[in-house]
Amino acid sequence: MNSQWETVIGLEIHAQLATQSKIFSGASTAYGAEPNTQACAVDLGFPGVLPVLNEEAVRMAVVFGMAIEAHIAPYSVFARKNYFYPDLPKGYQISQMDLPIVGNGHLDIDVDGVTKRIGVTRAHLEEDAGKSLHANFHGLTGIDLNRAGTPLLEIVSEPEMSSAKEAVAYMRKMHELVRYLGICDGNMQEGSFRCDANVSVRPKGQQEFGTRTELKNINSFKFVEKAINHEVERQIELIESGGVVVQETRLYDSDKDETRSMRSKEEANDYRYFPDPDLLPVLIDEDFKAQIKAQLPELPQAKKQRFKADYSLDEESATILTSSRQLADYFEAVVKESGCEARICANWVTGDLLAALNKAGLEITDSPVSHERLAGLLKRISDDTISGKIGKQVFEELWQGTATADEIIEAKGLKQITDTGAIEAIIDKIIADNQDQVEQYRSGKDKVFGFFVGQVMKEMQGKANPGEVNKMLKAKLQ
Amino acid sequence: MHNKTIAELAKGLRSGEFSSVELTSAFLDRIKQYSSLNAYITVTEDPALQQAKAADARLAKGDAELLTGIPVAQKDIFCTEGVKTSCGSKMLDNFIAPYNATVVDKFNNAGAVMLGKLNMDEFAMGSSNETSYYGAVKNPWDTNTVPGGSSGGSAAAVAARLAVCVTGTDTGGSIRQPAALCGITGLKPTYGRVSRYGMIAYASSLDQGGPMTRSAEDAAIMLQTMAGFDEKDSTSVDVSVPDYMAGLNNRLEGLKIGLPKEFFGEGLNSDVAAAIEAAVNEYKKLGATVTEVSMPTLELAIPAYYVIAPAECSANLSRFDGVRFGHRCENPLDLTDLYTRSRGEGFGKEVKRRILMGTYALSAGYYDAYYIKAQKIRRLISEDFKRALSEVDVIMGPVTPSTAFGIGEKIGNPIEMYLSDIYTIAINLAGLPAMSVPAGFAGGKPVGLQIIGNYFAEDRLLNIAHQYQQVTDWHQQTPKGFE
Repeated sequence: MNSQWETVIGLEIHAQLATQSKIFSGASTAYGAEPNTQACAVDLGFPGVLPVLNEEAVRMAVVFGMAIEAHIAPYSVFARKNYFYPDLPKGYQISQMDLPIVGNGHLDIDVDGVTKRIGVTRAHLEEDAGKSLHANFHGLTGIDLNRAGTPLLEIVSEPEMSSAKEAVAYMRKMHELVRYLGICDGNMQEGSFRCDANVSVRPKGQQEFGTRTELKNINSFKFVEKAINHEVERQIELIESGGVVVQETRLYDSDKDETRSMRSKEEANDYRYFPDPDLLPVLIDEDFKAQIKAQLPELPQAKKQRFKADYSLDEESATILTSSRQLADYFEAVVKESGCEARICANWVTGDLLAALNKAGLEITDSPVSHERLAGLLKRISDDTISGKIGKQVFEELWQGTATADEIIEAKGLKQITDTGAIEAIIDKIIADNQDQVEQYRSGKDKVFGFFVGQVMKEMQGKANPGEVNKMLKAKLQ
Repeated sequence: MHNKTIAELAKGLRSGEFSSVELTSAFLDRIKQYSSLNAYITVTEDPALQQAKAADARLAKGDAELLTGIPVAQKDIFCTEGVKTSCGSKMLDNFIAPYNATVVDKFNNAGAVMLGKLNMDEFAMGSSNETSYYGAVKNPWDTNTVPGGSSGGSAAAVAARLAVCVTGTDTGGSIRQPAALCGITGLKPTYGRVSRYGMIAYASSLDQGGPMTRSAEDAAIMLQTMAGFDEKDSTSVDVSVPDYMAGLNNRLEGLKIGLPKEFFGEGLNSDVAAAIEAAVNEYKKLGATVTEVSMPTLELAIPAYYVIAPAECSANLSRFDGVRFGHRCENPLDLTDLYTRSRGEGFGKEVKRRILMGTYALSAGYYDAYYIKAQKIRRLISEDFKRALSEVDVIMGPVTPSTAFGIGEKIGNPIEMYLSDIYTIAINLAGLPAMSVPAGFAGGKPVGLQIIGNYFAEDRLLNIAHQYQQVTDWHQQTPKGFE
């Protein structure tokens, strides 16, 4: 990228809150139902119906606010944002404008080993709109209002990110956080976690911001990076060729990897916000905040530090294991259950298990190998019942079936042979059959030792205790 | 039968003097007989008779309430499951609500019989019932005059004995003004006393449903059924509902009445003033003392109201877009065409005027000058009332500056029409309860006395009105031809 230019990025993230029912009605928020089967009279904006605030949504917003060490407003107000659209049943969206529930907070991101603090301007509660469906309606538009009224937390950052990389790091961190807090399922395909980016460029060293554009519809980490980079390039080229950036909303088209103008500032709606007279102001007192604080789960950063300190894990393992609360819980359960050294547990979880999960496209919560079964395996490795190598074979079996490690070891006869008599007999045979190699070893070629180990293990189908084999071989070859 | 009060009818139903079916049939007959008044938009004859039968069964079983078997009617702003709920608009001429308003449920649970849905100004915007898509309602006292509005059908129905008692809604005077012009008793409760769920919103922070009846005692019986916290309405208030009948007979010695001088200034018809003065004298005889109070911000009430109410209505009425229910234009070309023609055809002139005013008041660059300023005035008005009500128990004055005006007389002049609510609007802005009580006649037409009380003092207002009705018979007068 051109080094004379500096990029300024701010993100607006919409996180769907994981409440059972909608923010202002009792209808279910479950995804994927038949169109319009989860929209009640309130969601449909029928005459005379009234919104009633879902307290769980408020609680989740406060949980979020506390997690980013933000100011929690003691008094916040819902406002009507007025515009006409067919998937907006009331002709206004209930949102928050002047008095949002969450004020100034911050989130630390790590990029290239450097930690940077990104300010969060505000986070407010609002209702989602429905969906317009354009396919299969013979030129007409279908409307599905199942999503209408789903609670959203709109999280607005300060314009403090200076590269697409930082923006992605922020988005990932936020994604991790809301899932940690259990307030959002983070499913980006289903639209539970969405992002708009405000992007501008300015000559390096300039204080004032350049004109920004708003990029909509960038709903994956990959697209955020691509869309921002693309837009930055477009703006720089435009300015360098004598043009000016116009304040507008641009839509990112992931198929074509380009952004295109959606509407200019002049075409922008005047939303005519005003306080919603159907809803009372939300009052949050110190008691409520204290209660939430007491229930706040351990946050990713703190957990990572604890994992490094308590389990002697390296940075990388700790980062991976704390990337989701479920994975961290799984790891800790394995450590506790197995009683094995934490580093070994970490290796198995971040290695074999995550590899298998990734390959199968599964989340840790859907793992076919429960933490009890993995712990069962690790116990047998650490007590030398089986070797690490056989352990991998047992893991395969654990993944495929439902048996425990002990059952697999028993059924397949994988138990390690520690009977020194049996091992000795094999060693004697191998030495007798390979006199050339014995000569080489004795004349100082240490490398040949590996050959003997391999031969013994082969003969014993990998079941011999490797430590024992080493010890005995060394003695015999002297 | 049709001239009896609720209490009298309840007695008759229990003694077997008549059945609810007979009572209901008698009212249905009257509704047909006097259909030229245009008080009803929908008459629900068959369901009413079924409800009456069920009420008779309940009465026979002995588990009836006071309202069981009593024929009531609902202002067509309250959603009624399976029955057209038009709100007086072409927009909702085809709308059959799939749910009941909380108020309607409460009447059903009490076993009341619903005769039908009453005419009203379109979306409750009007003071004469002339903005209704279903045509003007005639005032039974003089059929060339308006019954007032927006609950004009409600007031006319009670005055002409086409229902025992009815509901109304009051955003700026829409219960009290028509009650005054039709010589009946109307009560606008404290904001939040009666659930707004299922009551089609005009201006959400001002709208309040209430009873319209012949007497204060009937109003007490109705309010007993209507009032109470509703978890479906966040603005309804969780304050316990007192027994409204219990205090009706309390004596009024020592009652402190305040008369705001601003209610008796220029613009008040002298005959109306005389009637109010006579009413206040009756109260003196009952032991009340009278002092003058001042409400300096009162003159700002109408301008503030005509910012706040239209602002709220401009958003409240956005849902009528032709997409999911209500009027939809023929063959829309595209989305914009669907919106503009559906709304253009579905809404009447006054509704459009208020949507435009409200949209303007909320627009970027005008919001502070209009909406915010109006909210400040609203607070000042509330403070004025609070101050006055700390000095006196109730405030009294006229409901309207004049008696019923002629049909067509003011409809062409919105400002003049708006001024007919000059004494009622401030009370909505303050959220206080207020009543209109029949207080004589001026030029043969009814005059209403307004009684304004403190928050949740409905029981006190009903007591004060009832005591007056024990020494006067204005509320028992029946218009000629409707006896």
